[in-house]
Amino acid sequence: MRSPQDIRKFWLMAALGGAVTAMGLAAAHFVELHGHIVTGMNNQVVWGLPHVFAIFMVVAASGVLNVASIGSVFGQPVYKPRAPLSGLLCLALLMGGLMVLMLDLGRPERVIVAATHYNFKSVFAWNVILYSGMSGIVIVYLFTMFERRFNAWSKPAGLAALVWRFVLTTGTGSIFAFLVGRQAYASALLAPLFIVLSFGWGLAAFLIVQHTMYAWEQQHLGAAVQRRMARLLGVFIFASLYLVAVYHLTNLYYARQGAFEAFILLGREGGGLYALLFWGGYVLLGSVLPLVLLFHPRLGGERWTLVAALLIVAGAFAWLYVFIIGGQAYPLEIFPGHVVSSSFGDGAVATYQPTLPELLLGMGGLGAAFLMTVIGVRVLDFMPQDDFVAAGKV
Amino acid sequence: MSRRGFLGVAAAAIGGAMLAPGIQLIEIARAATPAGAAGANPQVRWGMLIDTTKCATGCTDCVTACNTENGLDPKPSPTSAQWIRKIEIKEIKTGRQASAPVMCQHCAEPPCVDVCPTGASFKRADGIVLVDRHACIGCRYCVMACPYKARSFVHEELSEQKPDVPRGKGCVEGCTLCVHRIDQGGKTTACAEACRQAGHGAIVFGDLNDPQSEIARRVREIQTTQLRADLKLDPGVRYHGL
Repeated sequence: MRSPQDIRKFWLMAALGGAVTAMGLAAAHFVELHGHIVTGMNNQVVWGLPHVFAIFMVVAASGVLNVASIGSVFGQPVYKPRAPLSGLLCLALLMGGLMVLMLDLGRPERVIVAATHYNFKSVFAWNVILYSGMSGIVIVYLFTMFERRFNAWSKPAGLAALVWRFVLTTGTGSIFAFLVGRQAYASALLAPLFIVLSFGWGLAAFLIVQHTMYAWEQQHLGAAVQRRMARLLGVFIFASLYLVAVYHLTNLYYARQGAFEAFILLGREGGGLYALLFWGGYVLLGSVLPLVLLFHPRLGGERWTLVAALLIVAGAFAWLYVFIIGGQAYPLEIFPGHVVSSSFGDGAVATYQPTLPELLLGMGGLGAAFLMTVIGVRVLDFMPQDDFVAAGKV
Repeated sequence: MSRRGFLGVAAAAIGGAMLAPGIQLIEIARAATPAGAAGANPQVRWGMLIDTTKCATGCTDCVTACNTENGLDPKPSPTSAQWIRKIEIKEIKTGRQASAPVMCQHCAEPPCVDVCPTGASFKRADGIVLVDRHACIGCRYCVMACPYKARSFVHEELSEQKPDVPRGKGCVEGCTLCVHRIDQGGKTTACAEACRQAGHGAIVFGDLNDPQSEIARRVREIQTTQLRADLKLDPGVRYHGL
C-alpha cells in the first residue's frame, strides 16, 4: 500500500511534468500564431534551439535502450531487471523529441500530410518510419517482458529493438550526413558518430532517472551495480570523444574545410561562442570532468556518478548547439576562393539569438518525457524490483 | 474494468482518434484532384544564362522586379524571403571583381527535392523546381539541403499577395522561374525582362533543349560555369565570366 505522503509526491511530480509540458505547448501555440518571427531563427539559421532539444532526446532515446539490450540480448543479469525502465525511457524520450520536432514545424497542423505522403528518397521520411517502428517494437518488447506467457519472446524482441535502434541512430546522423552542400555536415562519419554519442547520452539519461526513481522510493543502488554502470558510461564517453576528434580530423584533412574548422574550434571569424561551447562545454565540462568523476578511485560513488551524468547531458546540449547552430551560422561556400557579400548574408557569419518560446518548447519536450516516465513507473512495474533484495548481497 | 482492459480500450481510442481525421482528409484531397489537367512539357528544359560581364555592380533591377512580380518584401530583412539576390564577389588571389544575381538554380538533380519528406518540393517535367504550398509542412530540410541558399522560409503572416503567386506563413519558397508567366504563354521572367529594360541584357531566359533558342546558342558559343559544379547537380542556371 502506498502512503498518503507517497501519493502526494506522485501528484507533485506529475503536476510538475504537466506544467512544463503545458508551457511548451503554449509556446508552440504562440509560435504557430505569430510565425517563426518570434523565434531567433532566420533564413540562415533555420533550425534553432528546438532542434537541439529534439535531436538530444531522439538520440538519447535510442541510447537509453542499450541498458535493456545488454540485459536481454547479451544476458547480463545486472542489466536485465532494468530492461523495462530502459524501454519506458526510450518511448518517453522518443515522444518528447518528436513532440518538439513536430511543434517546431512551420505548419504543425499538417503533420497528417507527413504521415500520409512519403518521399522515400528523403531521410526525414525514413525517420518517420524509423521512429514509429521503434515505438512499435519497444511496446512489443515491453509486453514480452511483462506478460509471463510471452517471456520467452523477450530475447528476440530485444534483438529486434537492438538492430532497429542502430538503424534509427544511423538515420538521425544521416539527416545531416547527406547535406552535401554544407561544410559542417557532409560526412559519412556522422552516422557512426551519432550511434556512439547515443550510447553515452542514453546511459547518462538512464542513470539520472534511475537515481531519481530510487531516491523517490528511498532505496539505494547496490555499490557493485552502480560501479559497473559508471564504468560503462566512462567507456562510452571515451569512445564519443574519440569519434568527435576523428570527425574534426577528417575535416582538417580537406583544405576546403580548414576555415570552417578554424571557425568552430578556434573561434575565428566570429565563431567565439561555438569554440567556447565546444572546448569548455562539451570537451571539458561534458567529457573530461565526468571521466575524472567516473574513474577516480575515491570519487566514483552514487552521488558523483549522478553529477557526471548531469554534466554529460549538459555537454551533449553544448555539442549539439555547436553542431546544429554553429554548422548553419558558418556561411555556405558557393564561390570558393572569393570574398562574397550580398543582402542575403552570403559570405557572412549568421547571427542567432534563441528566444524564450524556443526554450520553453524544448523544455516542454523534456517535461512530456518526464511526465510519461512518472506515470509509467507508477502504473506499471517499471522499477528494477530485485535490486532492493539484491542490494544487501553485493 | 481491469487495468489491462483499460489500457487496451485507451490504446484503441487514441489510435482511432488519430487516424480518423487523416482518412477523411485523404478522401477530400482525392476528390479535389482535377481530371485531365495538362502537365509541363518534358521536351523543354527551362534555364537561364547569367552573363556577369554585362551585370552592373550596384544594379538591383532584377531583384526589385522579382519582388514586385511575386509580392515579396521590397526591403528584405534576415527573416524575409529573397528569391533572387545580387552577389558581389572578389577573387582573393587576383582581386578580380564581379557582380551576379543568384537564385534557385533549378537543378536537374535537386537536393531539395530529394530531402523533402512529403514530396512538396518537386521538379516539373520542364525542369522548373517548385514547392507545393499545400503539401509543405515547413520542416526547412530543403533550406538545409540547398547548396545555393536559394530557399526562404516565410516567418510571418503575409499581406498584399499577388493572385498568381500564392504564398503562406510557415512554408518554404523560392524562385519559380516565373512559372505563372510561362504557363500563360509568357516568354521571359520578371528579372530577365527588367535587366533587358535597364539596358544590360545580362540575364537570358529560355529553353536549353531548343537548339534554335538564344540561350542554347549562347551556351554553345561562350564558356559558362555552373555554381558548385563539383556536386554534379546539373543546374539549369549557367554563369559566364565568373
